[in-house]
Amino acid sequence: MLQIKNLTKVYEGGVQALTDVSFDVPKGQFMAVIGLSGSGKSTLLRCINRLVEPTSGTVIFDGEDVTAASDEELRLIRRKIGMVFQHFNLVQRSSVLTNVLSGRLGYVNPAWSLINRFPPKDVQKAMVELARVGIEDKAAYRADELSGGQQQRVGIARAMMQDPKLVLADEPVASLDPVLAHSIMQYLEKINQEDGVTVLCSLHFLDLVHRYADRVIALNEGKKVFDGLPSEIDDEKFKEIYGREAERVG
Amino acid sequence: MKKEVKRLGRSIGIGLAIVFGLVIYAYGFKVIKVNLDETRSPRRQEQLVRILRALAKPDLIEFEQTEYLVDLPIMVPCPEGGYIPPEQDTSKPYIVVTPSCADPGSMAQIEGFNFAPNAEGPINFIPPSQVKLTLGRFQADETGHFFLTVKLPNRKTTELNHLTATTRTRVGGPSLSQNAIDTWDKIVETVFLALLATTLGLLFAVPLSFFAARNLMKDVTSPLLNVSLSILALPVGAYLGAMISNFAGSTVNLLLKDSPLLNLIGALVGCALLYFAVRWAVPADELQQPAIRLRVMRIAVLSLAVLVSLLSLYMLSSLAMWIGNTLEVRLGSIGFLGTFIADLGDILGMTLTVISALAGAGVLMSLTDRLGRKIIKATTKPMAKGIMMVMSAIAGAALFFMIMAGLDWLYQFKNAALTIAWPLGLGALLGLILSIRLNPRDNFPIGLVIYYIARTIFNALRSIEALIMVIVFVVWVGIGPFAGVLALSLHTIAALAKLYSEQVESILPGPLEAIKATGANRLQTIVYAVVPQIIPPYISFTMYRWDINVRMSTIIGFAGGGGIGFLLIQNINLLNYRAASAQMLAIALVVASMDYISSRLREETI
Repeated sequence: MLQIKNLTKVYEGGVQALTDVSFDVPKGQFMAVIGLSGSGKSTLLRCINRLVEPTSGTVIFDGEDVTAASDEELRLIRRKIGMVFQHFNLVQRSSVLTNVLSGRLGYVNPAWSLINRFPPKDVQKAMVELARVGIEDKAAYRADELSGGQQQRVGIARAMMQDPKLVLADEPVASLDPVLAHSIMQYLEKINQEDGVTVLCSLHFLDLVHRYADRVIALNEGKKVFDGLPSEIDDEKFKEIYGREAERVG
Repeated sequence: MKKEVKRLGRSIGIGLAIVFGLVIYAYGFKVIKVNLDETRSPRRQEQLVRILRALAKPDLIEFEQTEYLVDLPIMVPCPEGGYIPPEQDTSKPYIVVTPSCADPGSMAQIEGFNFAPNAEGPINFIPPSQVKLTLGRFQADETGHFFLTVKLPNRKTTELNHLTATTRTRVGGPSLSQNAIDTWDKIVETVFLALLATTLGLLFAVPLSFFAARNLMKDVTSPLLNVSLSILALPVGAYLGAMISNFAGSTVNLLLKDSPLLNLIGALVGCALLYFAVRWAVPADELQQPAIRLRVMRIAVLSLAVLVSLLSLYMLSSLAMWIGNTLEVRLGSIGFLGTFIADLGDILGMTLTVISALAGAGVLMSLTDRLGRKIIKATTKPMAKGIMMVMSAIAGAALFFMIMAGLDWLYQFKNAALTIAWPLGLGALLGLILSIRLNPRDNFPIGLVIYYIARTIFNALRSIEALIMVIVFVVWVGIGPFAGVLALSLHTIAALAKLYSEQVESILPGPLEAIKATGANRLQTIVYAVVPQIIPPYISFTMYRWDINVRMSTIIGFAGGGGIGFLLIQNINLLNYRAASAQMLAIALVVASMDYISSRLREETI
């Protein structure tokens, strides 16, 4: 489903964000990516849909070479990959409905979308997706009128509008409190189990990893240092991933 | 010991710095020609007081006045046998002169009675030639009495002369002076001048500002082959677009010039056709690439639709001009509405050529872009590189040739080697060098190139004051507010585009990233992620610019740009300070209220 081979990213200015990272994600898996801040988790996720241009290596998604795609091909690949962000990345001044509908931009005809016209069935689908995350009554609100947890649910609804085969979640719960974190993770779990969407999710808290992930990979300074089941992370592995001085919290 | 030396060095340093500073200011005084004697000279002070007093009394209000004339015949010199003046009616104001006749050039006492309290006016001497001479001014006291000594003119005649005392009394209430009415007319003109300049500037600055935003442009990259093809496609497409538009325009002009009914029907039918064509050819949602035949059909229908829409827009333009011209005659005092409609029609006709030239360039460039990608994909690497080198050399040559053609138009070199051979050769060489250094698939940062060009042009335009620009426009469209509008608009475009683009650069990158990740194209990304974020600052900056434009338009008349400045500079040159004062007052009021209104509106919109 998703194959990552020898992925390396060096930012301008020489920061080595990823070094020779390779792994496969089979269809339908809920995979967690863990590691310290700055270990390259975000860069890894962004290299998959080329929001960040990889320096070398290949990303194969659903049999298509993402890294070699032209702009137009990349656009068609991107619409199959939903993305959820740590800071939600909603357009604050637009309505919730518009934010959700914007997930459809890759599919609709560009000319109509420029004057904010979407086909009725897309609007219906948007309402269904909002209902699924329990905020269909907020559709007409402006995005910045919503609380953090609600905004992230809009973010998930937007990703789901794309009919994605893969959802990349970049620390989706890092700016939420623990209770909300679980509710958001449950939505991700739901789309993983009910719709069979593959989820690649970077996380900070190990208890969330244990609770939700089928498999986990760990990055340290851009290198893959662990790949296995969540239950395999014992204290020794933990210190390897997070450094000798680290202590477990939760 | 060492410390003291250090401290001493420091003190000397500070002392030298102070001396240096003093020298700089002394030189400044010399250059500015500071002259304190002038400020103390009584002559200057008297002038200053006069002007300040004039400025404090703006010429806004006048009263209707009636003239009352008291006439006393007088002989200069005394005739033989003496002279007895006629009896005066003592129930009315009257004057008595002592002596009643006198030698030319001698002194005479004039006494007035029964005048209105505090009345004042001139004492005139009217000889038989009727050329009056003012001998002095009288000022009556509270009882209406005055006493004045005057010197009789040095002229002899045997006929009767007249001495007259004239008083003016106000009748009725105050009314606006002619100057006040002129000032009102011009201040209204000024406010509208600023409004039109801001609107025009806004229309151009909004789209242009995206080209000067680094965060948007740095992602715009394209292989060099595509860039080369686009450079070649740009002039060709623009030319074709303009040709098609001119064809449509002249067709409409030829067939339907004087029949508004046909124009109306044509425009309506055109719109309807366009609507159905677009509905058919641009489906709302498309999951798969359609078959090639359908795509060809769609392109054909859309091209036809474009032609139809051009035709109907030209019909609309000529219809608007007809309606406008008819209304202008019929509507009488609000005929300006008709003129406006006619002008809108004319503007539509003029802009259609430009728009279709741009559209033609855009269409051809996107076609060549696809062609470029196909070439890169279909050919082997050395082959693609070869094609790229050839095209890049041709594009370089064409680009330099076009630039040189522009320079030649300005400077009229009249030198074929300089205007043709050199740019072609140099451009081709530079294109070739660039293409040798790049791989066919490498992305050339064309967006950044456009960004730097746009920035440079805006900065250059912004650094020329509108007051200077107006000089060129006055030559083009004549002295008046229209020249002022054009100059202010040009300056506004540059200034607003710069301010706007900085706002685009400071938007949050998150939503941009999120919209891009959904598979949206570049235009969709701008509409969905950029536009909602920039609307409040755009409104705020537009208000701010309107405020500036009001201030600018008050003085743009100094250089012939119309508005109140025109009146103000005239009155200053005529030394008519009371009238100028009225205009200054009007400017102050308008600028202050504009300040207030724009800041209130800005608060409301954010």
